[in-house]
Amino acid sequence: MTWFLLKGLLRDRHRSLFPILIIAGGVMITILSYCWMMGVIDDFATTNAKLDTGHVKIMTRAYADISSQVPNDFALISVTGFLNTLKKDYPRLDWAPRIKFGGLLDFPDEYGETRAQGPVVGLGMDLLSGDSQEKQRLGLEKAVINGRLPQSRGEIIISEKFATDLGVDIGETATLISATANGGMAIQNFIVAGTIKFGIAALDRNAMIADIADIQYALDMENSAGEILGYLPNMMYNEKTASRMASQFNARFSGSADDQAPVMMTLREQNNIGELLDIVNMEIFIIIGGLIFVMSIVLWNAGLMSGLRRYGEVGVRLAVGESKGHVYRTMIYESFLIGIIGSVLGTVIGVSVSYYFQTHGMDMPGVIKGSNMLMSNKMRAIVTPASYYIGLIPGLIATLLGTMIAGIGIFKRQTSQLFKELET
Amino acid sequence: MKNNVLIKTENLVKNYPMGGRKFTALNDINLSFNSGEFTGLVGPSGSGKTTLLNIVGALDNPSEGHAVVIGKDTSQLNHRESAQLRNEHLGFIFQTFNLLSVYNVFENVEFPLLLLGMSAEDRKKDVLQALEWVGLSDKVKSRPAQLSGGECQRVAVARAMVKKPKIVLADEPTANLDAANSYNILDMMVSLNKELNSTFLFATHDEKVIKYLRRVITLTDGKVVQDIEKTPEPNNA
Repeated sequence: MTWFLLKGLLRDRHRSLFPILIIAGGVMITILSYCWMMGVIDDFATTNAKLDTGHVKIMTRAYADISSQVPNDFALISVTGFLNTLKKDYPRLDWAPRIKFGGLLDFPDEYGETRAQGPVVGLGMDLLSGDSQEKQRLGLEKAVINGRLPQSRGEIIISEKFATDLGVDIGETATLISATANGGMAIQNFIVAGTIKFGIAALDRNAMIADIADIQYALDMENSAGEILGYLPNMMYNEKTASRMASQFNARFSGSADDQAPVMMTLREQNNIGELLDIVNMEIFIIIGGLIFVMSIVLWNAGLMSGLRRYGEVGVRLAVGESKGHVYRTMIYESFLIGIIGSVLGTVIGVSVSYYFQTHGMDMPGVIKGSNMLMSNKMRAIVTPASYYIGLIPGLIATLLGTMIAGIGIFKRQTSQLFKELET
Repeated sequence: MKNNVLIKTENLVKNYPMGGRKFTALNDINLSFNSGEFTGLVGPSGSGKTTLLNIVGALDNPSEGHAVVIGKDTSQLNHRESAQLRNEHLGFIFQTFNLLSVYNVFENVEFPLLLLGMSAEDRKKDVLQALEWVGLSDKVKSRPAQLSGGECQRVAVARAMVKKPKIVLADEPTANLDAANSYNILDMMVSLNKELNSTFLFATHDEKVIKYLRRVITLTDGKVVQDIEKTPEPNNA
């Protein structure tokens, strides 16, 4: 009997192929949307972590209070010793001291007069130590457009767009005009070793990156750093781990009223990222939930129509002697089978397409042009464990539900009524 | 051949709600049918022929009275018991053939036997025999869409007869057939009626069918107005 019904199912495209395609399409759209939105969130969090917040960040309390102003006069001091302590206390994390600064970058002509100049957003990081992960973490090697990364003291890299706008060539001298940590004027010459493009609109306009030792020297911040960023293993952020670490760390200094005492903050606690992620997560929940609901209605309707279309067939089967219960159960089995096949197919396609976009991304520079948010121009999907089962909700449950509701008509109708529908 | 009573109706009434009132489709029907009968319910449209056939076939329940089919009161049967009665003892033939379009001729005829739980070997033997009765042994693999109307109805007859039912209920079986095919089908039914001693009960107003009947029950407005036995006049053309 099972094989007999299966043959009918396979031969009738209206009962097999078309519903499978509808389910697969619905499931695919659901998964793709989910992966895409998760990818956008992940990119946002990862980009912020790499460039600005770390998974945890240590600053002085005074610096943390007004961190948006980059108050380097409140920077951490005796950083070398502090880093050694951190590496000993938290050996699983990679610690990266950084100095953020702003200033003017001036490009003189052959007579030493200003030929061109522009404001820069500066970042001093460990580019020259052998054990530094910074170049890999930020993908600087891949980001180089012209020239190369700094290989010795006194070299910097700048944004490709900044260099193009100001007509700067590789090897040119650039003078940084900024303020020291003590409020004095800082003037320091550098050589432009290369130009880079992060693919992040907020940075690609006017970034300058130099080795942290050069910036410490230029800004009078010997053995100091504005902030020390900590990264969990494999760049996998875990809010619970980060929070626990931050609580333990901060507890050690809770008794001190010193503004210069260090404070550890998690990624979520910085730049309102937590609130933003909560809002985005809620939006994702609403959007994906809405999508699943709509797809469920579509697939439910498909199941309903399929069931109604078969009232005639049901009439024949009842006349021949099949019981209503058996007819109903076989419809549910069929629906389950179709739902499973469609869901698996949709999941395979949806996850595959998502994986493609996870690997290759999609260039969307226009979307975030002018944005100050640290987001990649190339948006990516991300495949998570939930990607493999989220499609089952519309794919299987809605299909089954549609068929079950349509099938109730079998019981509610007089058998003779099914016959009349058979005759029409 | 022992002619025992297979179907008996007692004070059978069937009402349908219509607007705020009720429409009486069958009114005080008292009939009995023996095994081996070749009987027709005749009358104009709306006279209650199909309703009576549905009640006898355990597809519908009477509003009042009883229909006892092969010893079972159909109004007392649940879905499963009704299905079992149809499965084991009843064969249906419809005006519009109602073959399952995705299955071939063999599979359409095989379906009732699957429900009876017969082995593949027995099913094959019985299906081929039924197709031989209706002269379609060469169309085993054909789909309904590849058959003529007459051939489709012959498949429907084979499907109804393959389990050798005690009762065959045929609702306007020739309505969609031309004269030649109608006579062909009717000759075949007469032959099966004699060979298997199945009771054939028709709902019809087709004169061609009426000529073949041995008993004619005339219904008008849900009442039996005439119940006569007659000599069949099979087509000799």
